[in-house]
Amino acid sequence: MSREQQAVQQARKAFLTARSKPLDYRIKQLQNLKRFIKEKTTDITNAMRKDLHKTANATQLFEILGLEGEINLAVSKLAEWAAPRPVNKNLLTIADDVYIQPEPLGVVLIIGAWNYPIAVTLQPLVGAIAAGNAAVVKPSEVSSHTAKVMELLPLYLDPEMYQVVTGGVPETQELLKQRFDHIFYTGNSTVGKLVMEAAARHLTPVTLELGGKSPCYIDKNCDIRIACRRITWGKYMNCGQTCIAPDYILCESSIQDKVINEIQKCIQEFYTNDPKSFADYGRIINQRHFKRIMALVEGSTVAIGGDSDESECYIAPTVLRDVTSGSKVMQEEIFGPVLPIITINGLKEAIEFINEREKPLALYVFSPSKKVIKQMISETSSGAIVANDCLVHFTISDLPFGGIGNSGTGCYHGKYSFDQLSHLRSCLIKKLNMEGVNQMRYPPHTTEKLRWARILLLKQVNLARWRQVAQVAVLAALAAFVVQRFLRR
Amino acid sequence: MEKQVVDDLREVFQSGRSRPLQYRKQQLRALLRLITERQADIEQALKQDLNRNTYNTSLFELISIENDIKLAESDIADWAAPQPVKKNLNSALDDAYIKPEPLGVVLIIGTWNYPWAMILQPLVGAIAAGNAAVVKPSELSEHSARLMKELLPLYLDKEMYQVVTGGVPETQELLKQRFDHIFYTGSSMVGKLVMEAAARHLTPVTLELGGKSPCYIDKNCDIAVACRRITWGKFANCGQTCIAPDYILCEPSIQDRIVEEIQKTLLEFYQKDPKSSPDYCRIINTRHFDRILALMNECTVALGGESDHSQCYIAPTVLRDVLPHFKIMQEEIFGPLLPIVTVNGLSEAINFINTREKPLALYVFSSNKTVIKRMLTETTSGGVTVNDVLMHYTLDTLPFGGVGNSGMGRYHGRHTFNQLSHHRACLIKSFAMESLNDARYPPLTAARLHKANCAAIGDASLKQHIPLPTLLFFKVFSLKNHFKSI
Repeated sequence: MSREQQAVQQARKAFLTARSKPLDYRIKQLQNLKRFIKEKTTDITNAMRKDLHKTANATQLFEILGLEGEINLAVSKLAEWAAPRPVNKNLLTIADDVYIQPEPLGVVLIIGAWNYPIAVTLQPLVGAIAAGNAAVVKPSEVSSHTAKVMELLPLYLDPEMYQVVTGGVPETQELLKQRFDHIFYTGNSTVGKLVMEAAARHLTPVTLELGGKSPCYIDKNCDIRIACRRITWGKYMNCGQTCIAPDYILCESSIQDKVINEIQKCIQEFYTNDPKSFADYGRIINQRHFKRIMALVEGSTVAIGGDSDESECYIAPTVLRDVTSGSKVMQEEIFGPVLPIITINGLKEAIEFINEREKPLALYVFSPSKKVIKQMISETSSGAIVANDCLVHFTISDLPFGGIGNSGTGCYHGKYSFDQLSHLRSCLIKKLNMEGVNQMRYPPHTTEKLRWARILLLKQVNLARWRQVAQVAVLAALAAFVVQRFLRR
Repeated sequence: MEKQVVDDLREVFQSGRSRPLQYRKQQLRALLRLITERQADIEQALKQDLNRNTYNTSLFELISIENDIKLAESDIADWAAPQPVKKNLNSALDDAYIKPEPLGVVLIIGTWNYPWAMILQPLVGAIAAGNAAVVKPSELSEHSARLMKELLPLYLDKEMYQVVTGGVPETQELLKQRFDHIFYTGSSMVGKLVMEAAARHLTPVTLELGGKSPCYIDKNCDIAVACRRITWGKFANCGQTCIAPDYILCEPSIQDRIVEEIQKTLLEFYQKDPKSSPDYCRIINTRHFDRILALMNECTVALGGESDHSQCYIAPTVLRDVLPHFKIMQEEIFGPLLPIVTVNGLSEAINFINTREKPLALYVFSSNKTVIKRMLTETTSGGVTVNDVLMHYTLDTLPFGGVGNSGMGRYHGRHTFNQLSHHRACLIKSFAMESLNDARYPPLTAARLHKANCAAIGDASLKQHIPLPTLLFFKVFSLKNHFKSI
């Protein structure tokens, strides 16, 4: 038996003991996960520095803070999320118990990515644990130092229930042959298809957090200085290796120079004159991606940056001007610190440009005009849309985070993670009395019976509203009584 | 041809015609007119396909479709409206909401046992959500398929909603095309092929599959009533219902009583000769007829067992003392054979259920709350009805769908709308308060990290529903600190 098969088998065996069902157990595991992050902060930040040249503060701010927030939310809300959810009844079921019961799915496979290895591998795990599942966690081998730190998870979590399997493509392929109850994959669309194909063989549902080219439209009537600050921040964070980074800019040619100037000012402010020697500027994850990104620049005009150092996998914050839709840089998700500007004649053309392409994970529009924003929202589609900023929708746990079409399927964060990794089972609890009511459905069928069936099945009853009405009526009666008895002299 | 259909639909969808709610309501009303005005034709087609009579057609198909259409029409404004969400401190003054949007072109592959409901109920959701749709009715219920192809374009926008008929080759050709969602009802085996085809385009799927839905009868219950309800649910549509109770689990001591009660009920429902009862249906075709008959081979017939190949008629049949390794326990029966498997009590029943694939439905009959609780907490299934069968299907507020081998995704009522929509996260910020963003910009100093931590703590208390004034206090407080640090 392979190591991967063993891991899945152990996880399933642990799940079948039912010890992950009680909420206490899940809360304890979540708290242990929190301890892991806190106690191993130094190991994590050191690993991130080695993998992605991230500073300790950046790791805290952009990975650990979010993860802690998710854990805290899950712990505080778990009882509410896991409780039966009553639903509205009809006349026929008025005396019955009707509710949706969240249940664990079983064994969840979580395949992480390398760009925010802690966040995108462990945030889904929070949902898996909260929902009562067992899990097999496969951190990305590309962020190898962080993967090594994640191997310490069994020291904190129930090691049979939550398994960590490290390795590369062969190990992942072996894992994907096994049967899971859900597969949560973060990565690119090409591999996303392979994951879904493998899942299909076992009818395993999937969540695919993929990517794409997230467009960023700058209206000429906006505060270009502020727009560029926010875009610069969102683009060059983690050296452009963010799934929701603004991939390219769309704007009118009349503002292209201003946009370039403002971005240049921001780059200087954020990363100094020499980003290469500045601690808060990252590196490309490896040589393969370095070469890939540098090749994308070919054929385009560099407006800012462009310099690089292969030995360090360093690429300067770069802006390309007058980029055409046929150029290399517009054929794939950049996932690097290269920001092409494409000029178009106004909003309509921008919308057409966006709609000719695959649905992106995120869409950004900078404009003071509600009309422009409204038009952009209603005439395009994307996982999410943010007006007048970048990336920050990721931090609102009540907003579902996920893609559409090529950018993914399913969503998570906050309660969505819990629901995504649960089975929401419909429950109707009847009694064995009132059998007379059922006559209308039994053969021999008659017109009269059918008439009753229609009445009982088609009318919905909102008990909550009836209760409200009843309460108001009682209060009104009470008020009338008080007025009568005590206030009228 | 299939590619052309999909390309045309995509073009029509992109024209934006299906976006206005008025359009969608109009289409829904037209669909309602279709099933009311052409009810007689639909009943006639179903009589030819399944020997279904008019009452059964209404009861099992038309009422559900009518319910979904009326509900969608009356509630669509609410369903399609942006839903505001709770924000965090940093977004307190922004607009944050979830906007339901159409996906695009949806493929709906129906099945033959309830050909109208299995196509039109998903179609109601597709229309309400603003999508275009390709509808592929099952060729096995050929009269219904032919009628659907004729009628849909007469009532609905024929450019936005198209019917493609045909068999396996046509379905395979359709599955090569790119859709924005595929909604499939049928068997697990074909479900895998559908999902594999969908994977090539990263198309999300809803799979309403099947399996063996167990039915546990506790010895402490009103066995007469239990058997009435089970008999109704099992033999309706001649057992060809995805959520029919597939087999019974009970203790040996009550097996005889169960057989007796089912016998009484059968007599009441279908009289002495079910073959001549207008309320008893037929098997869809000879292939399934042969398949079902073969399942009886090793079994002991307690009731029924008669058949007539020329009519695809199989009598309501109960089999006793069935063993787990019998053929009849290896696949979904989907016919009027009801095996009884005896077990020694609840734990054994639960174990029996859990060693098999997760079923689409699970039934338990008991007056004992502890028994019910144990059955519910120690097993899983798509849905559950306690002390009855099938009925969780009829309540549109309960999402209908499977888990594991019995499927993924759910529908009915608003759930169909949600399943066939994209819930787009929207965050509208303003250009103001840029200074508050300083904490996130490089250089990432300890002071900036501290500010971010404060915001996170504020967020945590915000989750406890701190009112807006306190929230604003935090904002001002962090502003104060910002000015201090300059």
